[in-house]
Amino acid sequence: MSKKLDFQLSCPMPEMDFDTITIGHGGGGKLTQNLLKKGVFSLLDNEWLREQDDAATLSLNGSVAFSTDSFVVSPIIFPGGTIGDLAINGTVNDMAVCGARPSFLSLSFILEEGLKMDDFWQILVSIREACAEAGLKVVTGDTKVVERGKGDQIFINTTGIGYVHPKAKMGVKSIREGDAIILSGPLARHGIAIMSKRKGLEFETQLKSDTRPLHTICNQLVDKFGDAIHLMRDPTRGGAATVLHEIAGQSGFGIDLFEKNLPIDEEVAGACEMLGLDPLFVANEGLFIAVVDSAIAKQFLETVKNWQFGKEASIIGNITEEHPRQVVLSSIIGGKRVLPQASGELLPRIC
Amino acid sequence: MKYLSEFRDAAIVKTLLNNISKTVTRQWNIMEVCGGQTHGLVRHGILDMLPDQVRMIHGPGCPVCVTPVSLIDKAVELCLEHDVILCSYGDMLRVPGTEMSLQKARASGGDVRILYSPLEAVEIARSNPDREVVFFAVGFETTAPANALSVVRAKQLQLTNYSILSAHVMVPPAMEAIMDDTDTQVHGFLAAGHVCTVMGLSEYEPLVEKWKMPVVVTGFEPVDLLEGIWMVISQLENGEHRLENQYKRVVSNQGNRQAVELVKKVFEYRKRDWRGIGEIPLSGLFVKEEFVDFDAAIKFKDIKIPETVDTECLSGDIMKGKIKPPECPHFGSKCTPEHPLGAPMVSSEGACAAYYQYKMQS
Repeated sequence: MSKKLDFQLSCPMPEMDFDTITIGHGGGGKLTQNLLKKGVFSLLDNEWLREQDDAATLSLNGSVAFSTDSFVVSPIIFPGGTIGDLAINGTVNDMAVCGARPSFLSLSFILEEGLKMDDFWQILVSIREACAEAGLKVVTGDTKVVERGKGDQIFINTTGIGYVHPKAKMGVKSIREGDAIILSGPLARHGIAIMSKRKGLEFETQLKSDTRPLHTICNQLVDKFGDAIHLMRDPTRGGAATVLHEIAGQSGFGIDLFEKNLPIDEEVAGACEMLGLDPLFVANEGLFIAVVDSAIAKQFLETVKNWQFGKEASIIGNITEEHPRQVVLSSIIGGKRVLPQASGELLPRIC
Repeated sequence: MKYLSEFRDAAIVKTLLNNISKTVTRQWNIMEVCGGQTHGLVRHGILDMLPDQVRMIHGPGCPVCVTPVSLIDKAVELCLEHDVILCSYGDMLRVPGTEMSLQKARASGGDVRILYSPLEAVEIARSNPDREVVFFAVGFETTAPANALSVVRAKQLQLTNYSILSAHVMVPPAMEAIMDDTDTQVHGFLAAGHVCTVMGLSEYEPLVEKWKMPVVVTGFEPVDLLEGIWMVISQLENGEHRLENQYKRVVSNQGNRQAVELVKKVFEYRKRDWRGIGEIPLSGLFVKEEFVDFDAAIKFKDIKIPETVDTECLSGDIMKGKIKPPECPHFGSKCTPEHPLGAPMVSSEGACAAYYQYKMQS
C-alpha cells in the first residue's frame, strides 16, 4: 500500500491540455502526440518505445508463448486495482500458467470521449507499476478515441510474448486419473470487490480485488516440479467452476470436488449469500488452479503455501475416471451434486 | 453464531437424517412450497440422502416461474417500443416471453436495468425526469413490502414518471389450489420461511384445519430443511396435523407488521393468472386505486398484449408436483437453461433449473 502511495506521489500528472479525453486525442495529430508523449511514453519509457516505429523489432530465441486479452471492467477503478494493472496482470497470468515468463507486451487503448484525464493518469500509473512488478516492457501500442456513448470510459487490449520455461510440459493430455487439483487461494475476491462498487449494487466491504501477477510463483513451481505439473489455469471470468469444467471437458476425465476444502473468506461467503451468487462462479484475478501428479501434491501445496499469497491454498479435488466430463461436488454435509456450467451472465437472485 | 455454517453442519445433518429414518414407517409425500427450498435440497444433495419413503414434491414457489407470459411481453414492449427504463430483479431477465426475454430485449437496445431494490428504481426516476421508469414488481409476499415502499416513496417525492408492473402472487391461495386439485398426493407442507417472516403464521391455521395436514414453516439451509421434514413426518406418523414453526430464529407468529401494513396500504387482493397453473382467486396483489398513477398496468393500458400460453412446457404439472422435471419429455433435450421452453428451466428458483444444474445426469 505504502509503495503504491509513494509512487503516485512521486508521479504527479503533468499539465494536460484538457481535463477529459476528447475525440481530438484519437485523431493522430498534436493532441494525440501530446497525450502519448506526456502520458504513455513518459511513464512506460524504454528503448523500443523511444524508437516510435510502427512496429517493435524483437529478437527471440527458443520456445515462446504468445497471448492476448481485452479488458472492459466496470468500474474502471476499484478496491485493490484499476483496469490498467488488471490488463497487465491478466496477460501476464495467461502466460504464467503456461509456464512462460512474460517479456514484451503490446498495449492498446480504446478511450471514450469524456474519460477524465485524472482517471486515465491513475490507470497509466498502475500500468507502469504492474509492468515493473512483472519485469516486462511495453514495446508497441495504439490509442483510439470513440464518441461518448460508444464505449464505457476505457477498454484495454494487451498482448504478451514470453519465454517458456524449458521444464514446462503442461497440457490437458498430461492429465491422469488420481491427479490432485490445487487452488492457490481464496475464491471470488475480485468479483465481489468489483460488485461492491458497481452502480446499483453498492455495499460496504473491506474486500479488495486479488489482482496480482502470478509469473514468479508459477515459474518457481515449474522449475521445482517440472513435468509433474500436468496443467495450470487461472480462473478469471466465469470463476473456478468454469476452469474445472474446461479441464473435465477437454481431458475427458471427471472431477471430484470437495466443498469443505474450498478456501472462501467469510466476508466473500456472506456477500455471495446476500447477492445470491455461488463463489465458484465469481471472477478472480490472482489465483491459479493446478492439476498435479498425486505423488507431489503435498510438496506442491507446501510450496504454494510458502508464497505470500498462497497461505490458504488447498487441495480442492482430484481427477477421476468416474462420471467423465462432469464435475461432481461433495457438499459440506456429505451430499453430492453436479457443478453446473455457467450459463452466461451472473444474475442476482430475487430472494 | 454466524447464522450460516451452523446450519450446514455435517454432524447435525447426520443426526437429523437418522431421526427421519427411525421415524418414517411408510411412504410420505411432502411438498416444499418455495423454490429456494427446492434449490437447497438439490444443491446440497439432500434429495439423495433422504430415505426412499420420503418423497419431496417441488411446489409452485417460484414467483418468476408463475409470472404470466403476457406481463413479460408487456415489459419487453415497454422498453423496446416506448423508451421506458425497465428495472427488474435479476431473476426475471432470462425468462422467455412470447417473442423474447428481457435479456434479449436489452440486447436489442431496450434499457433494462437489474436492481436489488425497487428504491433504486425510484432514484433512477428522480434523476431521469424526462423518461418513464417502470419497476417489474415480481415476487411473493417477501418482495411485496419493498415494492410497496417504492410506490409510497415515489408519491412522497411527487414523481410522475415512476410506476410498477405488479406481478405479485401470494402463497396460501396457491397451496389451496394445489390441495383442491383432485390429483394431489401431498401429505404435508414445508411452508416458505421468508414469506412467513413477512406475513406471520396466521394465514396457515385455516389451511391446516381445512385439509387436516401438517404445515411446518421451514428455512432454507440443510439443517432447516431436514428438521422441517422430520417435524412433518413426526406429525404424520403420529396421525397429527398442526402448524409448527421450524424457522423460529427468523419467523415470528405475527410476522413483520410494518411490512404487512405497507402491503395493505398499496395493494389489494384480486384473482391472478399463474403461468402454467391458471387462474387462482385472490392470489395476486394489484395496485390500489389510491396509487393508480403508479400502476404501470393502468398507465400503459393502451398497450394491448394478447394472452398466450406455453404450448409445450409442462410447468403446471411440475409446479403442482405431478411430475418431476426429468419426467418431462423435453427436459434436457428441447428445453435447457440456454434454450428454455418455460420459466422453471431458467429461474434460479425453478425446479427444472435445479435438476438440470445439480442432479447427476446418467
